[in-house]
Amino acid sequence: MRFAEAWRVALDALRANRMRSALTMLGVIIGVASVVVLVAIGTGAKREVERQVEGLGSNLLVVVPGRIDIGSAPAVSRLDLADVDAVSRVVGDPSRVAVTVASGETVRAGRRSDFTTVQGVLETTPAVFTRRLGRGSYLTASDVDTSRRVAVLGAAVAGALFGDRDPIGQQVSIAGVRFRVIGVFAPLGQSLGVDRDDEVHIPVTAAHRLYGTQRIDGIAVKAPDRERIDDLGARIVAELTRRHPDTEFSAVTQQQILGVLGDILGVLTGVLAAIAGISLLVGGVGVSNIMLVSVRERTREIGLRKAVGARPRDIGLQFLLEAVLLTSIGGVTGMALGVGAALTADALSPVPAAITWWSLALAFGVSAAVGIVFGVVPAQRAGRLDPVVALRAE
Amino acid sequence: MATPAIEAVDVSRTYQLDGVSVPALRGVTLTVAAGDYVAVIGPSGSGKSTLMHLLGGLDRPTGGRLVLGGREVGSLTPPELATLRNETIGFVFQAFHLLPRTSAVDNVALPLVYRGIGARQRRERAAAVLGRVGLGHRLHHRPNQLSGGEQQRVAIARALVTDPTVLLADEPTGNLDTVNGQAVLALLEELNTESGVALVMVTHDNEVAARARRRITMRDGVVVADSAADDPPADSAAVPDGPAAGGDADPTAGDGTERAEAAR
Ligand SMILES: Nc1ncnc2c1ncn2[C@@H]1O[C@H](COP(=O)(O)OP(=O)(O)OP(=O)(O)O)[C@@H](O)[C@H]1O
Ligand SMILES: [Mg+2]
Repeated sequence: MRFAEAWRVALDALRANRMRSALTMLGVIIGVASVVVLVAIGTGAKREVERQVEGLGSNLLVVVPGRIDIGSAPAVSRLDLADVDAVSRVVGDPSRVAVTVASGETVRAGRRSDFTTVQGVLETTPAVFTRRLGRGSYLTASDVDTSRRVAVLGAAVAGALFGDRDPIGQQVSIAGVRFRVIGVFAPLGQSLGVDRDDEVHIPVTAAHRLYGTQRIDGIAVKAPDRERIDDLGARIVAELTRRHPDTEFSAVTQQQILGVLGDILGVLTGVLAAIAGISLLVGGVGVSNIMLVSVRERTREIGLRKAVGARPRDIGLQFLLEAVLLTSIGGVTGMALGVGAALTADALSPVPAAITWWSLALAFGVSAAVGIVFGVVPAQRAGRLDPVVALRAE
Repeated sequence: MATPAIEAVDVSRTYQLDGVSVPALRGVTLTVAAGDYVAVIGPSGSGKSTLMHLLGGLDRPTGGRLVLGGREVGSLTPPELATLRNETIGFVFQAFHLLPRTSAVDNVALPLVYRGIGARQRRERAAAVLGRVGLGHRLHHRPNQLSGGEQQRVAIARALVTDPTVLLADEPTGNLDTVNGQAVLALLEELNTESGVALVMVTHDNEVAARARRRITMRDGVVVADSAADDPPADSAAVPDGPAAGGDADPTAGDGTERAEAAR
């Protein structure tokens, strides 16, 4: 009963001062909306990264020379095909091992040309990286064994060189050497800022001949299961270190890449949300301020209520509810605005945004908590007012 | 009467104003019997309002003993005192003190809120009391839609809705014209005689005071005359110069009693 009265009175107070209530809420609205938007964008970016890393294939282990670290320069590779055979023996299944030796080259077809990444690969690549062909077929073991000059084009390259025409069976020249197109990849889109349709695959042996090298840039292994992936990575690194004692090797899993990227994005999201949270705090100070005004304005009412039997906590509750109501209504409005802005950004701009229930619950919880924290002092002041003094107030 | 509604023994109240002590009440001893009708008179600043606040448990004495409805005020916590006010006291103020933007019936029902009574029952009881003060046709009017006299009658209904033992009215007609003042006064007296609620009323009007069953005259924070002193010895405990009063209060009280008697 007393609670219901406090609730009714609090609502009534807000309604009696609509303009003031709305302006006070504005601070909270802006704060909550910006928290929601920034968390949505952070979450969206993180999901996008996860989706793309997962898209590289499952249980993937990438072995490269040097240390994998943010900011460290890639090391010069001294791996060659003999090392790949050694890794295959460690893995026990050559079909799970893929390699790459990449170079930026100009690819021509007739009068059209495209500068793209040309990768020398094994026939195992589609299985290891879960890549699908749109048209034609992929390289075969015999293509690799015989250094056959055949090429599989990324969707973007195919489009650039052949437009709507069917590239299968057509000739392209890579660094002046003619290759026959035998397949085109299904489009993949962007991944971590890289256009994954902008590449051409040729047999690794043909690439070695083309580039005049024997080197392998990196080895990727599709582990049989997630549990033994770290152990497998360690054994591969040990084998390669044995073969090249003066070179450091690293094996990274998707989980590690995800972890590192996720951590970075998590910190970024946290920082952004904290900055937005400051505006929520400022909004809270506004609520506190207006509540003190409200208490002063209604001093006589407080005195009267006390005279007829209201206890200090009845009065305190009434003002606390008023503050919480202010921030909660502001919070819900801010949430709606934030969700609207995030979804609009997601739909109309390249910025990814994902609304999560926890972020909404958090935003609402925080705004209600702001009401409690910043309403407590004015509420206590109201509750402790001396009724005689309060009744005399003008 | 067996239990007095209010019992004050050597009650004092000193305000602290910027480090200076302002004694508003200096040792007041009086008993309000159940169903009594007491008029409190005295010059401005003599401590009448201060006394009313103490008698109603709105304030605490800085000295002496005050018992309301059988409970010692000094031993009660603020919420306990609030509950005691709610159960035993009804206040009527000079300035009405009605909640704006709130209907007459909801104003009257307000004390019942703090008793935990449900909304429907609150309204029923409030409407009944409003009927009793002659405002059965004004239930949903807000204070600014009522005349001064009507507003004060709403305030009286609010004081009555809890069935208190004492009605404390501090200059209830002070903001009203003569006609409305008379009507409010008649209502208060009628309630006193009919429902037996004790009425303690501060007034500046000697004619009004003359109609009361008992008159208490205050000056400089002490009771200088109490017509109950003329009554049979049964009420002698309430006389200020009784043995309970402080030694220095005796001459003042004696002096005042003489003067009050001389005035009659
Ligand atoms: N809060 C306060 N602080 C300091 N002094 C006060 C306070 N309230 C009242 N007083 C003083 O106490 C004395 C008694 O005041 P009180 O209001 O009881 O007088 P009163 O008899 O009701 O006067 P009036 O007839 O004008 O209403 C006065 O001298 C007043 O100045
Ligand atoms: Mg007064």
